[in-house]
Amino acid sequence: MSRPTPTLAIKVLRSSRRRRVNASWMISIIVLAAITLAAIFAPLVAPYDPDHIDFTAIYANPGWAHWLGADALGRDTLSRMIYGARTALLAPLVVVIASTFLGVVLGLVAGWRGGWLDAVIGRLLDVLLAFPALLIAIMAVALFGKGLVAPVIAMSIAYAPFVARLTRSLVASERARPYVAAYRVQGFAGGWIALRRVLPNVAPTVGAQSTLNFGYVLAELAGLSFLGLGVQAPTADWGAMINESQAGIVGGYFLPAIIPAVAVVIVVVAVNVIGEEVSDRIGGGTPT
Amino acid sequence: MTIRRVGGKLGSLVLTLVLASALVFFSRFLVPGDPVNFLLRGRKPSPEAKAAVVEQFGLDLPPWEQYFRWIGGMFHGDFGRSLQFRDAVTTVIGDRLPVTAGLVIMSAVIIVVVGVIAGTIAALYRGRFADRAILTVLTAFGAIPPFVGSIVLIAVFAVQLRWFPAFGSGDGFLDTIYHLTLPSIAMAIAFMVLIGKVTRMSMVEQLSREHVHVATSRGLGRLTVIRRHVFRNALGPIFTVGGMLIAGLLVATSIVESAFGIAGVGSLLVQSVNRLDFPVVQAIVLLVVTSFVVTNAIVDLLEPIIDPRAAAGEAGR
Repeated sequence: MSRPTPTLAIKVLRSSRRRRVNASWMISIIVLAAITLAAIFAPLVAPYDPDHIDFTAIYANPGWAHWLGADALGRDTLSRMIYGARTALLAPLVVVIASTFLGVVLGLVAGWRGGWLDAVIGRLLDVLLAFPALLIAIMAVALFGKGLVAPVIAMSIAYAPFVARLTRSLVASERARPYVAAYRVQGFAGGWIALRRVLPNVAPTVGAQSTLNFGYVLAELAGLSFLGLGVQAPTADWGAMINESQAGIVGGYFLPAIIPAVAVVIVVVAVNVIGEEVSDRIGGGTPT
Repeated sequence: MTIRRVGGKLGSLVLTLVLASALVFFSRFLVPGDPVNFLLRGRKPSPEAKAAVVEQFGLDLPPWEQYFRWIGGMFHGDFGRSLQFRDAVTTVIGDRLPVTAGLVIMSAVIIVVVGVIAGTIAALYRGRFADRAILTVLTAFGAIPPFVGSIVLIAVFAVQLRWFPAFGSGDGFLDTIYHLTLPSIAMAIAFMVLIGKVTRMSMVEQLSREHVHVATSRGLGRLTVIRRHVFRNALGPIFTVGGMLIAGLLVATSIVESAFGIAGVGSLLVQSVNRLDFPVVQAIVLLVVTSFVVTNAIVDLLEPIIDPRAAAGEAGR
């Protein structure tokens, strides 16, 4: 039994042979890989303990001792950036995986079953879409207290409708295609066709969309920590670092706040470049 | 036809609002334990204070009755009492609403003006350097979240160059605009890309239409053609996307107002979360959701007026 459309891997490989090497794509992958590796191996890579306070290094300028300088307590900015990348990257990753799972389940059920189930799920998604993601996250903190757990769960719910709508429309159009009817005639169960044959066909487009969500989630969670509602102050986290260092800006000490801010932008750009490139390569673009 | 359409949209709007308000209200029931203890977290309440909270929220009533009390109160402008200020929630929010409204309006104006102009230029020079440059810059701006924009603008234009104040919202009309300039730019940066791209797409589509070629071949000036035959037809999608941006803008106020020390509704939301003032949080969340949903419903209803083809298309269906 052959698949009606090539897999994601084949599509990406095929098109990469056709295209010229895309510089921004390569750079984005290298940057993200470097940050991810640094975050994973933080204890080996970071030159200092991220929480080590050194009063002789207060607002130290970048130099051999501190490559990116030091903050108001003399903590090494580079080390804090490396450790901070852990929460900055891991939390959005969890959100993207959870919201994709939730969205695909809802979208698949709605698109495959149709009827009243579709109508009910559609209404539920409409209501959820009336709540901006950051607002749900703030609300979750108000209910369950500060930290990352409540916002991550809240954001997973907040982003699910985007995935669900896309999945729903893809599945609904896929359902009408001849190969589905062919499986039905052969006596395959509806659930089996949906999960084993339709889902793989819509997965690449949904995956590309989810990748693009990563950047937004990362920025929003960093914003939450910047507000002092997410990761709490002494912990090294990009958003929390900006929050802590904001007071120094007025005194002319820009770097401890600007460096994590720039890092957020770089990661968001890199993820978006990769996400758009992948969705270009698998073709089709996003319907709706 | 139109009345049925308007009625349907209004019905859907009301249903969404009812469900959204129920979600906001019943979220409190997700927190395990005694609701009195939840509402008075971090405080050492006297028995009288506890009784007052039970009375105010009707905690001794069944949940759905509490909800109707809450909703019913809102129709009288009564959102309950703030726990951090000894004042009505309506007063607390009302005092801070004008600044936030000003901030949102200023930044919406910046987004629309810059987005539409940039998108138009890009469409006219499609495929050429100006087009690519504009798209690249807008896309890069789109990756700058409001908190990053805020601290960079504060560092450069408030602290380094001293052109603008870094703090507060000023008094009087002109001073307020002066104070809100950096904050509204910080908020606008990330959203310009959407309007810019939609404008470009919509204009490119219109530019290749036959009636545009006809208008050009009739000898009308390029500017007239663009203004009367391209731009007018391209307005619809721009308007729709503009409505969708409102949600993001309203939430972004919480970040930008906190960064710039502006006493508005956004910073009040953050402050209320910090000070465990749940009635205010609930009211602001509902306010944001309502303004977003209502704005979009208005945009939806106005669309056929801006673009009669949309109405015609729907009638034909």
